[in-house]
Amino acid sequence: MNKKVISLLLVLAVFASLIAGCAPVNTTSAPASSDSGGETVTLEFTQWWEPELPEGSFRALMDEFEAQNPGIQVELISGPYATTKEQVVAGAAAGTMSDVVGLDGAWVSDFVKQGSLASLTDLMAQASYDDSELAAQIQLGGATYMIPVVNFVYPVFVNLDLMEKAGIAAPPTTRSEFADAAQKLTDPANNVSGWILPLSLEQPNGIQNDVMSWVWASGGSMMKEGQPDLTNDAVRSVAEFIKGLYDAGAIAPGAFSLREQDKVEEFTNGRVGMMVSSLAHINMIRERNPELNFAITALPAADGYEGKRGLPYASWGIGVAANSPHPAEAWKLVQFLMSAEVNSKLSSIANAFPGNVNSTPDFVQTDELFAAAFEVFQAGYLANEFVGLPVAENLMRLFDEQFQLYLDGSQSLDDALANAQAAWMENFQE
Amino acid sequence: MCRGSCLRPRSAALFQACFPSEKTALSTNHSKATSFQKLPALRKKLVPFAYLSPTLLLLAMLSLLPIAMVFFYSLQDNVIMNKTPQWVGFENYIEILGDSVFQQALLNTLYFTGMSVLFHLLLGLAFALLLNTRLIGPLPKALFRMIYILPWVFTATIIAILWRLLLNPNGVLNYLLLWTGLVSDKIEWLSSRQLALHTVTFINIWAGYPFYMVSLLAGLQGIPDELYEAGRIDGANGRQLFRFITLPQLTPIIVSLAMLDFIWTMQQFTLIWMTTGGGPIRVTEMLSTFTYKLAFSSYEFSLASTSAFVILLLSMGVAWFYVRKQRASDE
Repeated sequence: MNKKVISLLLVLAVFASLIAGCAPVNTTSAPASSDSGGETVTLEFTQWWEPELPEGSFRALMDEFEAQNPGIQVELISGPYATTKEQVVAGAAAGTMSDVVGLDGAWVSDFVKQGSLASLTDLMAQASYDDSELAAQIQLGGATYMIPVVNFVYPVFVNLDLMEKAGIAAPPTTRSEFADAAQKLTDPANNVSGWILPLSLEQPNGIQNDVMSWVWASGGSMMKEGQPDLTNDAVRSVAEFIKGLYDAGAIAPGAFSLREQDKVEEFTNGRVGMMVSSLAHINMIRERNPELNFAITALPAADGYEGKRGLPYASWGIGVAANSPHPAEAWKLVQFLMSAEVNSKLSSIANAFPGNVNSTPDFVQTDELFAAAFEVFQAGYLANEFVGLPVAENLMRLFDEQFQLYLDGSQSLDDALANAQAAWMENFQE
Repeated sequence: MCRGSCLRPRSAALFQACFPSEKTALSTNHSKATSFQKLPALRKKLVPFAYLSPTLLLLAMLSLLPIAMVFFYSLQDNVIMNKTPQWVGFENYIEILGDSVFQQALLNTLYFTGMSVLFHLLLGLAFALLLNTRLIGPLPKALFRMIYILPWVFTATIIAILWRLLLNPNGVLNYLLLWTGLVSDKIEWLSSRQLALHTVTFINIWAGYPFYMVSLLAGLQGIPDELYEAGRIDGANGRQLFRFITLPQLTPIIVSLAMLDFIWTMQQFTLIWMTTGGGPIRVTEMLSTFTYKLAFSSYEFSLASTSAFVILLLSMGVAWFYVRKQRASDE
């Protein structure tokens, strides 16, 4: 064959492959024999849950869904939390978001603003779904965009051996008791600190879980009528309380660059007496240090506070992409995961509390630590004011920067809170 | 007769002897070549571009198009998050360049990059000279070479985890310092506002010097011995040999390395993100972390595009010097 003809064919082949590579992916496969009109619908489901669950367990739930819904297949796209977040953000930006997505409450507001999430209120209405069994719904502008599938509460973990060694009879229930315990537990000669506070700017969720949680535990709020209210007494008293612990040397060193995983690692290794952490970490702590003798207690409230305690939490939320060509099928998957039976199974394998009010996870009966946590859970209420806020992670980071300056003595509390308030307001006005 | 030779005929005559039937084909090709020469000049000029078109197309799609898109985004108000972005011209550039955090990130990046490039060069050259010595046998030399190159083998993620563990207030380094009595309190290497920037710079220096070492070692091995012999005959001492022979011979490599390193280091993200996240407060904020936060934390994609384009311009400035230098060397 002529060389020029071959070259031309090669050029055409490259063009064709490039055009094929840029073409949108069609998620509907070739017609197959099924009950739903003869076509198999493949749903993409992006989440970070599968790697955090026992191997194969989440896929098994999807297989169960596929068996119950012939004609719908689920393709799981799984990755670590941070990667999933980037994928979902990029998908939302490019209009290629998966049909069903795992969501964190902190992302919802931005995706809704972007128009990339479908209204679940509409989907529920179309499917005539009774939402009374849902424990919570994340709503914006009167419509639901995220449903928490399972919830991880953040109680206080206490190292019982260190407590006994320090002569502390019972876990603290008030801020004064906590401060006293933290100072008694601190033993620099043996590398032990009373409390650990992760304030890394890479993962600023320490502001949510380890700082603002103290405000919510005493019935306080960082918001007022939907706007930031960081200069109120509730936030101020918590900031002063933490500063007191910091100045007393009761907080583990290196707080400004510590991340959540560092916090758990230090507690697991017995170098920290107390930490505020997710129940999801119980099994990991047990695996890594089976000898560690620890217990769980509610986050201490301000002295004299008698009301119900807000309990910080993080959720594995679920939503449906606005651009999904199969919203009805996507809703079926959401409904399946939120059903009492499946939600019980999922919360059991995830060591989390269910998103369906009629579900009961197995571990509550079989594990005394989880039973204690369940008591804490039932005695209080779920509180996380960052859920649904715009650029929630950035708000945490902005507060973190001002709080670090306050802790290391570079600015006064008034300045720190006023600066944080001003920085937050900029994001609310946009 | 020609069985062996026919496998690879070495001349036209031999070819004809072996394959007489090919005569016609050769003649045909020759006639086609003649007609090719008669092609119009424009068509003739286009043929090379047709051959290059797959590469040009790939370059355009994978490199030029994304750059053009980022530039286009930077000229609008918040794209992606805003369904109907408005054209704002260079307003985003004015906002970014006037932002105090961006200015701090720029200064931090310049310090981080400048110190990294300088110490990469000094350490790389020092180790290359040590490894090039004749005082060490080939086996230990290979062993040392393997050990010294290790930091460069690790990915940035591994390096970040490794140094986070070493520099942890309860880590090995603090333990050794306390044990030897050199310090009385634990040092918060990555959490202290006074130390964090120097610490991440040190980690980057540690991670990057082997690239210089290997390249300069290759350069040293390529310097002819005759030059040193001539120098010694002229009475030059060790220092003079280094200054007047080694350094000038290595200069082209050093310039290339330094410029490439400058561009790479300026874009360093993983190491900073995984060690300090730009903190404490903003003392280790780099242009890369600043841009990432704008995009994935604040969802300000237009401002992030603007910041990214500024980084591109800075890198291109250095790349321009690099290309100019290369062209000068070629001439």
